[in-house]
Amino acid sequence: MPDLGRYALEVSLAYLASLGLIGALVLWYWLRGRSVRQQLDEVEKRRTGNG
Amino acid sequence: MIALLVRDLRLAFRAGGGFGLGLAFFLIIAVLVPLGVGPEPEILARIAPGILWVGALLACLLSLDRIFALDYEDGSLDLLATAPVPMEGVVSVKALAHWLTTGLPLVLISPVLGLLLYLPPQAYGWLVLSLALGTPALSVIGTFGAALTVGLKRGGLLLSLLVLPLYIPTLVFGAEVVARGAQGLDVATPLALLAGITAGAVALLPFASALVIRINLR
Amino acid sequence: MASLWEYANPLKFMRTTDWLLPVVAVAAVVVTTIGLVWGFFFTPDDFRQGATVKIVFIHVPAAMMAINAWVMMLVASLVWLIRRHHVSALAAKAAAPIGLVMTLIGLITGAVWGQPMWGTWWAWDPRLTSFLILFLFYLGYIALWSAIDDPDTGADLTAVLCLVGSVFAVLSRYAALFWNQGLHQGASLSVAPGTRMDWAYKAPLYICMVGFGLIFVTLVLAGTRTEIRARRMKALVARERMA
Repeated sequence: MPDLGRYALEVSLAYLASLGLIGALVLWYWLRGRSVRQQLDEVEKRRTGNG
Repeated sequence: MIALLVRDLRLAFRAGGGFGLGLAFFLIIAVLVPLGVGPEPEILARIAPGILWVGALLACLLSLDRIFALDYEDGSLDLLATAPVPMEGVVSVKALAHWLTTGLPLVLISPVLGLLLYLPPQAYGWLVLSLALGTPALSVIGTFGAALTVGLKRGGLLLSLLVLPLYIPTLVFGAEVVARGAQGLDVATPLALLAGITAGAVALLPFASALVIRINLR
Repeated sequence: MASLWEYANPLKFMRTTDWLLPVVAVAAVVVTTIGLVWGFFFTPDDFRQGATVKIVFIHVPAAMMAINAWVMMLVASLVWLIRRHHVSALAAKAAAPIGLVMTLIGLITGAVWGQPMWGTWWAWDPRLTSFLILFLFYLGYIALWSAIDDPDTGADLTAVLCLVGSVFAVLSRYAALFWNQGLHQGASLSVAPGTRMDWAYKAPLYICMVGFGLIFVTLVLAGTRTEIRARRMKALVARERMA
């Protein structure tokens, strides 16, 4: 851990908040992608099953 | 097209048409701000240009969703789309009607409200002039926003979210004219920029609005 | 020679991104990690700003991507309006939330840096104000997308909004400049002679910029794939109902 001096709080806060936001965005895109993919697979399966 | 203008004006003046709502709203803002900020003349005189411009802008916003909503519901917008007038003309007339029923009354009443807010005497001319120059832009930009949201069930709030950022340049330059006028400074630059925005918006935005209306009626 | 427009075919796009997406994703993680670790652990403190100078390695790339994302949306919207390629419209849709988050990161890191340096979290400085306005434009764009059911109508309307919004965003930028000459320093990286930044900072900063760019590309590709699938699903479900 580098010595951040008297600005330790500010710097770590900025890094944590930014990484947290990017992480949340990635997680959201990933979860939504997964759920859409599963739903689409289901619909496709139903379609080939019936047809 | 003149018939359309007359019809729109008549609809607005009829009971329930919403004429006067914007004016009343403008008045209420001019009353609420001193109640919230306190009655000191120096402070009120300092913030009066901004308050009057923000008030005019919000009053304009209030009546935007009426521009197309009624015509969309009863189907006359579809008729207008097939009528032998260009859609660009129709949206321009709609914007003009909106300005005549909302913008122009705001311009005329603004000196009275300036009185309530201790606007310095040398600023009244600039207030009226800047509002007269700026409110047409508000109507035209608002017509574009109304055209975007015409098919939506609950478009009102979305309309505000879409239109308010587009109002920022007009607001900045308009309020700057009045603020500089109040301090006795040179107002030529913001006035020219304000007029430029209005001229550009009036000339170009009807094409975007018409395009959007056609997409929405598809 | 394959034309760029071939990727406008959703199937072709899916097939290409099948292998491209993991590659870009891994590159994004690697490059960003290198850049941020370098920036956070191995840069000297600035003699005036102290350790807060390290915030720049997030602040500047995020701010850059916030603007680039809007430019990309503008180009994609134009391509959609002119050539009617669905992938283009969906890519613009996928880019908007990323731009929104990048703008937010720029604002937050700026506020955290401004507190010790300027003594205030927020200043109505032209750059800060422009970013706040950009944030509002992103909000409006995303709200319009989510309000419209029909995907083609939504694509058309948001594309027009993006075009008109771009003009007004630029106008707002100049309005903000006119309205208040600010505190914010000029561009951190300038090609003009006498650049103020030392290579000890510039090297990790460039790496972070590339990393953030790769993150953006990764998320846009992933988001576009999701949108393509969502569209296909919508079409299939609609067809089932018809049958």
